[in-house]
Amino acid sequence: MTVELASIEGQRPDGQEREQDLSKSPLSIRGLTVTYGEKPAVFSVDMTVQPGQMTAIIGPNGAGKSTMLKAALGIVPPVSGRVQVFGRPLEEQRARIAYVPQRASVDWDFPTRVIDVVLMGLYRELGLLSRIRGEHKARAQECLERVGMADFAERQIGQLSGGQQQRVFLARALAQGADLYLLDEPFAGVDAATEKAIISVLKSLRAAGKTVVVVHHDLATVAEYFDNVFLINTRRVAEGPVAEAFTEATLQAAYGGRLATTQVSQLAHKA
Amino acid sequence: MSGEEFVPLSLTPLLIGVFAAVACALPGNFLLLRRQALIGDAISHVVLPGIVVAFLISGAISAGPMMLGAAGAAVVAVVLIEAIRRLGRIEPGAAMGVVFTTMFAGGVLLLEQTDTSTVHLDVEHALYGNLESLIWLDAIGWSSLLDAEALSNLPVELPRMALTLVGVCLFIAVFWRALKISTFDEGFARTMGIRTNALGLGLVITAAVAAVAAFDAVGSIIVIAMFICPPAAARMMTNRLEAQIGWSVGFAVIAAVVGYVLAGYGPLWLGQQDAVSAAGMIATISGLILALAAVFGPCRSRAGAPAGV
Repeated sequence: MTVELASIEGQRPDGQEREQDLSKSPLSIRGLTVTYGEKPAVFSVDMTVQPGQMTAIIGPNGAGKSTMLKAALGIVPPVSGRVQVFGRPLEEQRARIAYVPQRASVDWDFPTRVIDVVLMGLYRELGLLSRIRGEHKARAQECLERVGMADFAERQIGQLSGGQQQRVFLARALAQGADLYLLDEPFAGVDAATEKAIISVLKSLRAAGKTVVVVHHDLATVAEYFDNVFLINTRRVAEGPVAEAFTEATLQAAYGGRLATTQVSQLAHKA
Repeated sequence: MSGEEFVPLSLTPLLIGVFAAVACALPGNFLLLRRQALIGDAISHVVLPGIVVAFLISGAISAGPMMLGAAGAAVVAVVLIEAIRRLGRIEPGAAMGVVFTTMFAGGVLLLEQTDTSTVHLDVEHALYGNLESLIWLDAIGWSSLLDAEALSNLPVELPRMALTLVGVCLFIAVFWRALKISTFDEGFARTMGIRTNALGLGLVITAAVAAVAAFDAVGSIIVIAMFICPPAAARMMTNRLEAQIGWSVGFAVIAAVVGYVLAGYGPLWLGQQDAVSAAGMIATISGLILALAAVFGPCRSRAGAPAGV
């Protein structure tokens, strides 16, 4: 009720106000449709992310997982749909969102150092022209420490392994100091040590009350890593706590014949 | 060489050459990293008919009509590319190739068929410019730099090119951080609220302005060479964008100065009578620098590429 009143009075979301609207869904999507050419990649999808929890977006290849995330962030234009972040329009809330794109989406031969990539996370704070000072570098360095990459600050990014590059992207997201973290396939093609490091950072974010949404491809780790699951195959298939939404029936519906029946029942059983 | 000879005959073409080289090399760094390096090439092809038409209508080579003509030609090119792509159902690259070459050929044809003999506008000048003729006849030596009357008779290309360079520098300085982020990671840049489409368009327009201004003074060969050679050579000297920009400016200046001097005096040293085209020599030097960087530069290999790729 207090939340309702606050929004009616139209106050800015700061201080106590902000605490209250954190209880609103960090990310709510309504009727989102995205097309590439004629074919819809995402069709009329609704999603309501639970605050302070970790949610996995899963589905077969080409099911629109990444596209949905990109459209929700305004990276690709949706045909229709409404996106609200903590109960407000996306444009007003950009400072509260951190994003980790797919590692393969950038050219790692770009002439820049690890620390410079992390400093990109401070762009909203720095704006166009203000200088990067010692405190900013210290914060970027701290973010690198949290992902176990402190010793690599001065390295050219092309000299890193895939897992190390992924951790640098996570450090950049940490530098954004957001309330909502959206990650696109952060575990794709990384080594076991990196996977462990990433999941431990994500769990620490959750422990600090942050919300984490991950586009995920490894069905075997869904139950272990996440609180909630969102199954998509162009349309929404299921959404909810892992125990309820990650079942034989929903997996069969999302993946169709692409998973062997025995595989499906095993996975669902694990959950 | 004494000031009496150097200032009126060589100072202004040298400065114009340097300004043009740097004004093209600066945006070239970003175009190269965005894999749009050939945009400079495309611009200089597409704008030729626009400039010729602007000249035929206005009757004079001046900056305003030329910019308008160039911009008009760019718009026509975009519309044509889109139309050919849709009607012919072919990939954009093929449509661009057809449009660029056709428009350039159209421009050359227009030049040949119309009477432009009174001004520096013919096929040769479109390619090589007229750098050597941009002399400062009112100058009598270094003291002329303080002489208001002599200064008022500087070749108009010099202040025009200097102003263009200042504009290019301002654009890159103001949008430096946004350009760097959106060139490296466009999706991430958008989530931070950076208008990457507008910024990309701004970069292309900046490059186009530099190309058209340089085109007038030094011809399209320098434009094409300077967009690509100094930034590409600079990329192989360093792994930091800031340093890459610095190297590219250095290489552009070296190419312009060495190229100009060699064009003017190289043939004399070899016992020949005439000078060769300064624009051609500047482009050649920039190509040599690129070749040297490709062989000896410290950051030549793609460090991130796994073995065997």
